[in-house]
Amino acid sequence: MTGAELLLKTLDELGIDTIFGFPGGSALPIYDALYNYKRIRHIRTVHEQGAAHAADGYARATGKVGVVLSTSGPGATNLVTGIANAYMDSVPMLAFTGQVALDLLGKDSFQEVDITGVTLPITKHSFLIRDKKDIAKKVKEAFHIATTGRPGPVLVDLPKNIMAEQVNEDEIRRDMNGFIATYSLKQHLPENFKILLEKAATMIEKAERPVIYAGGGIINSDATAELLRLAEKINAPVTTTLMGISGFPTEHPLCLGMLGMHGTAYANMAVTECDLLLALGARFDDRVTGNVKKFAPNAKIIHVDIDMAELGKNIDIDLGIKGDVKQFLTEILEILSQKKNEQWIKTVANWKESYPLKYCSKGLKPQYVVEEICRQTQGEAIIVTEVGQHQMWAAQFYKFKEPRSFVSSGGLGTMGFGLPAAIGAKLGRPDKVVFNIAGDGSFEMNCHELITAARYNIPVITVIFNNRSLGMVRQWQELFFDERYSHVYLDGADVDYVKLAEACGVRGYEVTEKSDLPKIIKQAVEIQEPAVIDVRIDPKENVMPMVPAGKAINEMMGFD
Amino acid sequence: MKTTLSVLVENQPGVLSRIAGLFSRRGFNIDSLAVGTTENPDISRMTIVVEGDEYVVEQVKKQLNKLVDVIKVSKIIPEDSVTRELVLIKVDADSHMRSEIIQIAEIFRASIVDVSQKSLTIELTGDKDKIAAFEELLRPFGIKELVRTGVIAVNRGANTIKIEEEV
Repeated sequence: MTGAELLLKTLDELGIDTIFGFPGGSALPIYDALYNYKRIRHIRTVHEQGAAHAADGYARATGKVGVVLSTSGPGATNLVTGIANAYMDSVPMLAFTGQVALDLLGKDSFQEVDITGVTLPITKHSFLIRDKKDIAKKVKEAFHIATTGRPGPVLVDLPKNIMAEQVNEDEIRRDMNGFIATYSLKQHLPENFKILLEKAATMIEKAERPVIYAGGGIINSDATAELLRLAEKINAPVTTTLMGISGFPTEHPLCLGMLGMHGTAYANMAVTECDLLLALGARFDDRVTGNVKKFAPNAKIIHVDIDMAELGKNIDIDLGIKGDVKQFLTEILEILSQKKNEQWIKTVANWKESYPLKYCSKGLKPQYVVEEICRQTQGEAIIVTEVGQHQMWAAQFYKFKEPRSFVSSGGLGTMGFGLPAAIGAKLGRPDKVVFNIAGDGSFEMNCHELITAARYNIPVITVIFNNRSLGMVRQWQELFFDERYSHVYLDGADVDYVKLAEACGVRGYEVTEKSDLPKIIKQAVEIQEPAVIDVRIDPKENVMPMVPAGKAINEMMGFD
Repeated sequence: MKTTLSVLVENQPGVLSRIAGLFSRRGFNIDSLAVGTTENPDISRMTIVVEGDEYVVEQVKKQLNKLVDVIKVSKIIPEDSVTRELVLIKVDADSHMRSEIIQIAEIFRASIVDVSQKSLTIELTGDKDKIAAFEELLRPFGIKELVRTGVIAVNRGANTIKIEEEV
């Protein structure tokens, strides 16, 4: 058995059956082993960045670890954006990179890059395997680290000779006998967890105007059912971050939707007025808090997070609890009693009624496109997005029902994420209809991955919200830069996205009239093939409401 | 405000760059850093002196704890610990200055480790204040070169900073 075969066998044992990647010189021994290894499916993308995003989308949609493989040098550096994206959004990912043989290492050899060095600040951890005896152990450690605690990407750099050489199977078996990956991750709960829990319960019971602010941790810890039970038990409205979307059903009466810069007016009002903010698996990002000094000014703040370093990092809190959100919720539900908060619920309901998300329905509006997709898929599709205005409209107007049905680049805000992530999501969840909601700008960044969708016949539907511009940047230039529209219009080269799709072997549709949209969406869903729908939306439409950067979140524009 | 942290880490390649990278990336200031293996060859101990207020020190501790290779981070309380640093100072010393410098060195219990026609090299161990005072006294003679190891620290009494048993 070669080192590469041992690598695949180890991955297989860890339950990994899908790898996204792109071959190359230093990765040749691994690809040679993949040739015969039928239990692992390998999807070759057009570009390594696409492979990393696909692994990311696969992980987010399934909750399993996403695996990406590349060669050394440029293959490895092409992964960097994808790894950073996974790091910012706490996505469990294993990135395997080929590396030049050990005797060439450190000599600026052909396609040599110090990738563990390059990715140091954007990985949870990384390994460079220097001894073939370590392959199985380090891969299991990497898996353990990527999936334990706050998830994140782990990179394993694999020198070519280590992968090509024969390993002694008996020795490996002996070595691995009883081996459990236990890399020190300092996972134990604080000793006073019970006391903290009691404190939190007292604060919740005393509160008259509680709000739950839930982040991606709710989904990562698989705690959405517990969140629902808590919200109903203490009658607290729930607002989520972008990463927390789909963690609480949009149509639930207690749902406030997203908060922050493009959050709903009523979520931002509720947070500003609440007397208790219960933050669960969220990190008080600047897009959420706006001016941090004026965030939730009347509230005691309880912050529960698996990552100790998040407690008190961005905001002063009254009670910080390090721990798994699911465990916290399960245990606190046992000691809390039913609460009503009638007056507060009434106030919040009034805000919801007075300041709903809305838009002028004249013309082909992007919000309508999201609503139509939602209507036809009954809120049950997986919605993947690129980054920009369309992303915010998707977050605002789609009515999510199940966790892991919203896949979006939050922390890093990576344009070009959507299409490859949608491919990964669809491969992980073939039972689901998968839409990639895209802007024309983002779509152009990684549109070559249409070729991957066509090659493997992966039926993802990309809906381009085509406003012939980089809409979000244009919006900022309109509002904050005196309408000086610098380099944001995409006209000039009038790209025919239908032809572009067809050239890649993907169906293309164009929608210019509002009345055509429903039947084309229906058709695209029914054919079960990859498709692109170019929707010519109103190019002047802006995302509202909006909290200008640095303002308090109740200083919104465009909501009344 | 200066705070001394004792950090136990896995003795692995790349650990130092992970820690240095963390400090520079997050804008934490390192005053000094000393590192070496411990009684257990698989584990190294770093003594890091950090400049910053309570918030910064708290963040440094938490962020260090997030690094997979970091086993334990402890704050060293000045009153309950012994801190030492070693310094080598090469000072201008022609024949008629030499005895005066040697006298100062004796007062500080420093040792002369090298002598030449024009210079003396002196080794001194002590805490920060002692070293600063010594440096101040030698300055008028002309300090040609000064090297220091960075502070190391250990708790007084039987208290040790060891790896806790997993709870």
